[in-house]
Amino acid sequence: MNKRTRLRLALVAAAVPWALLGASVQAQEVLKIGVNGVMSGEAASWGLVNKYCAETTADMYNAKGGVDIGGKKYKIEILALDDKNDPKISITNAEKLTSQGVRYIIGPNIDTTALAVKPVMERTKALNFPYAFAKELYKAPANASVLGMVASYQVGPIMYDYLKTKKGVKSIAFLARNESDAKNQQVEGADAAKKLGLNVVAGSESYEPGTKDFMPVMTKIIKTKPDAIVLSGVAPADAPLLNKAARDLGFKGTISTETAQDSKILAQVAGAKANGFMSVGGASTPEIQSDYMKEFVAAYKKRVGEWNDEAGTKVYALELILAVLKKNPKALADTEEFKKEMATFSMTNPFVKGGNTKLEFTGQADFGRRSQVGVPLVVNEFQDKDFKTLFVGTIRN
Amino acid sequence: MIQVLINGAVLGAVYALIALGLTMVFSIMKVVNFAHGQMYMLGAFVVYYLYGVFGLPFYVALPAAAATLALVGVAFNRFFFQPVLATATREENSMLMAVGTALLLENLALTVFGEKQRGVPPVVDGAFVFGDVAEGGAILTYPNAMVALLAAASILSLLAFVQYTRPGRALRAVAQDKEAARLQGVDVKAITTLGFAIGAALAGLAGGLLVTVYGVNSGVGVNISTKAFIMVMVGGAGVTSGAIVGGVLLGFAEAIGYDLLPGSVTYLLIFLSMIVFLVFKPNGLFGKPWG
Repeated sequence: MNKRTRLRLALVAAAVPWALLGASVQAQEVLKIGVNGVMSGEAASWGLVNKYCAETTADMYNAKGGVDIGGKKYKIEILALDDKNDPKISITNAEKLTSQGVRYIIGPNIDTTALAVKPVMERTKALNFPYAFAKELYKAPANASVLGMVASYQVGPIMYDYLKTKKGVKSIAFLARNESDAKNQQVEGADAAKKLGLNVVAGSESYEPGTKDFMPVMTKIIKTKPDAIVLSGVAPADAPLLNKAARDLGFKGTISTETAQDSKILAQVAGAKANGFMSVGGASTPEIQSDYMKEFVAAYKKRVGEWNDEAGTKVYALELILAVLKKNPKALADTEEFKKEMATFSMTNPFVKGGNTKLEFTGQADFGRRSQVGVPLVVNEFQDKDFKTLFVGTIRN
Repeated sequence: MIQVLINGAVLGAVYALIALGLTMVFSIMKVVNFAHGQMYMLGAFVVYYLYGVFGLPFYVALPAAAATLALVGVAFNRFFFQPVLATATREENSMLMAVGTALLLENLALTVFGEKQRGVPPVVDGAFVFGDVAEGGAILTYPNAMVALLAAASILSLLAFVQYTRPGRALRAVAQDKEAARLQGVDVKAITTLGFAIGAALAGLAGGLLVTVYGVNSGVGVNISTKAFIMVMVGGAGVTSGAIVGGVLLGFAEAIGYDLLPGSVTYLLIFLSMIVFLVFKPNGLFGKPWG
């Protein structure tokens, strides 16, 4: 054996393990899931928490060899794109994801971006799970979007009723971020409060996105002497500052919102001044967490570094997508098969302890069909650094 | 009404401090530092970690924020802006560089600090109470009073530095006429670096100060920069007194606007007023830098 032959044999020997590794990687099918949402700027947490939740779910499945669909193990790959809350970028992202063969996309996060990508979803026969509340996304003839969480118009009336009956609230003021989503929520909230017989003393006040000093706008609200203040569509970055401003100005009543918040942010920025602040949870609060949810929290912390309570409402979308795909593998390539399952699909909610809570698609009452992820309607109250569950409700279906 | 005036005074002092750094860089280098808001954000994170996480005294953390950002400013000027300004034939190049540095800082911050809003324990707690706000009374919290006082003290210190010290006079000379300053023996390159460092340090100081009342997140920079631009344009780009007046005007416009108008109209009117104002007075209230 001459020197050249020995060199060739050595090269072949070195290449064999890599070739085998390549073959084994090729052998595993990949399920691509898209995330399209705001991941930069002041509202970054909305889209990033979507991304982190999807990646954490993927980590948990991939650690066990992937998700088993139709007898095949699929490695889950998350393709996440930042739309900067810009409808144009959101459309580009949706086009890019669907052109890469992605059929299921989590996001976007607000009405304008979700409505912008609707035609792309319909044309490419993909299905997305927005965290935006515009009803035209979910009502027929629209058929390409599934609301990923509880909408403000679903939880609002339940919260106001609680405030009225349990806390003796008679007058209520609404304050919104000056953006279409938040303003819509404010209008719907004020209408719902009036229907419950509450005196709406401020129904259209708003503040500019990017505001940091809320004393001026809160001064005006305090002057209306409300028993309760509702922060419509408030971002987690603004909520503690608004609570702090209200308390600094001597407000003693209840403050609430219909969006999900994070207890650590409230504790750090507002401290005890956020005590009593009511918000919407999902599966965050320890009182209702299952062991699987605790595993998820640990995996999330491992990936991201720290837990974010917003994730309690965003943990559901991918888990539900995977469960439907497991039930009907044809939906892997055809979202129409997925939609057929939505009307009847039901599973035990893996994130809530007890095993009695169902996870299914809901929204019949609001959208005329089941086009909403049935996230449990959990209302939390912030108290001494943590959320405590006030009550768990259900969405009318 | 007293509460509205208190709100306006606090906001005005804070805004003036934010605008001052931006105008300083513009006056010396003729560069609109789009990364000013991101530098504010970095300063806030320095105080968040030193004071909020590691427990160092606030009065150590705050100067550390200014010093850290001064170093960032020196590095940015040396490695990014000076090479571009030395070779570029179009002004847009330095603007694009500034936008690039803003994006760089914001994305780095998002990766390093995460997406969450952060806050620190209050440095002082309590309030001066002048009756019930709902009944026309007013409240000035100690943290807001502290922030306004420190902002005012920082502004006065800077003005004194620029007016009465040798490097300060050199800064003014460079802002007025670089060539003339060079002929008078001023080391223009060093003074330019000093100007950028002071501008960045002021952004860091503002961020470090305001994190105690507003908290901070990685995406806060764009909005801070936008407000700073409004103040600087109204006062006159590159004019120290213009930035101060612009800041105070915006502070009171916001406080009074929110009190008298629907919230959504306040900023609409502020922007509209700015456009009309600039049509008639395109150089702002005070015209040329230190002119």
